[in-house]
Amino acid sequence: MKAINSMSMSFESRSVNEGFARVTVSSFAAQLDPTLEELSDVKTAVSEAVTNCIVHAYGNSSGKIYIYACIYDNGTIRIRIKDRGCGIEDVKRAMQPLYSSLGGERAGLGFAVMESFMDKVKVRSTVGKGTSVTLEKRISGKFENEN
Amino acid sequence: MEIRFDQKSKAMRVMLDGEIDHHCALDTRIEIDSQIKQLQPKRLILDYGEVTFMDSSGIGLIMGRHRLMQSLGGTIEVANVPDRLYKVIKLAGIEKLGKVSTAGNGGIK
Repeated sequence: MKAINSMSMSFESRSVNEGFARVTVSSFAAQLDPTLEELSDVKTAVSEAVTNCIVHAYGNSSGKIYIYACIYDNGTIRIRIKDRGCGIEDVKRAMQPLYSSLGGERAGLGFAVMESFMDKVKVRSTVGKGTSVTLEKRISGKFENEN
Repeated sequence: MEIRFDQKSKAMRVMLDGEIDHHCALDTRIEIDSQIKQLQPKRLILDYGEVTFMDSSGIGLIMGRHRLMQSLGGTIEVANVPDRLYKVIKLAGIEKLGKVSTAGNGGIK
């Protein structure tokens, strides 16, 4: 699997940037000629990961969110979303569907959505240092779906 | 996000238009809840027909309103869910909370 294109971006952990981040990543992914459904999957997963950075990692403080995306020659896109926030103590528990450390209006489905919409989700976290979430999806694309 | 309300007898239809994410969820929730508390509907219909994008914040919105309607002795329905959004609704098991109709099957009248 050879990398053929990449991009990186960073932005403030403000909720108004959630839309900016998912639209930017999905327009980068557009060069793989994804179906509307695949594009929507990527957009939704990125939105969940970025929201986690804002709501959980930085909480009442603020900081920067970093996104690196890479496209490979077999049609795979890999997206890494990173923060330097509080980190996750128990990653396994955080990834359980319907678990939310905040409760209330948060459904606790962020990771469940990422896992069901992407092929691979990897989470690395150090308490006090930050979290990085790597999402990977192979885009079959319109061409393959038609043929 | 634009929200329109249509109340007929005890049924309130809330028409959502635009994208639902964490950023707009708070304002949306406040607006819907104040209408519910004012008009006390028995049936709340969240119409997702014009929603172009949603992440799990759109699910939190349904779950929270379900709790509110339950506390008022009412029910909740989710109508006109576009195909692309149905995946998230299904994943969250929203069908257990109330009736869900997709854009294709005629919707809830």
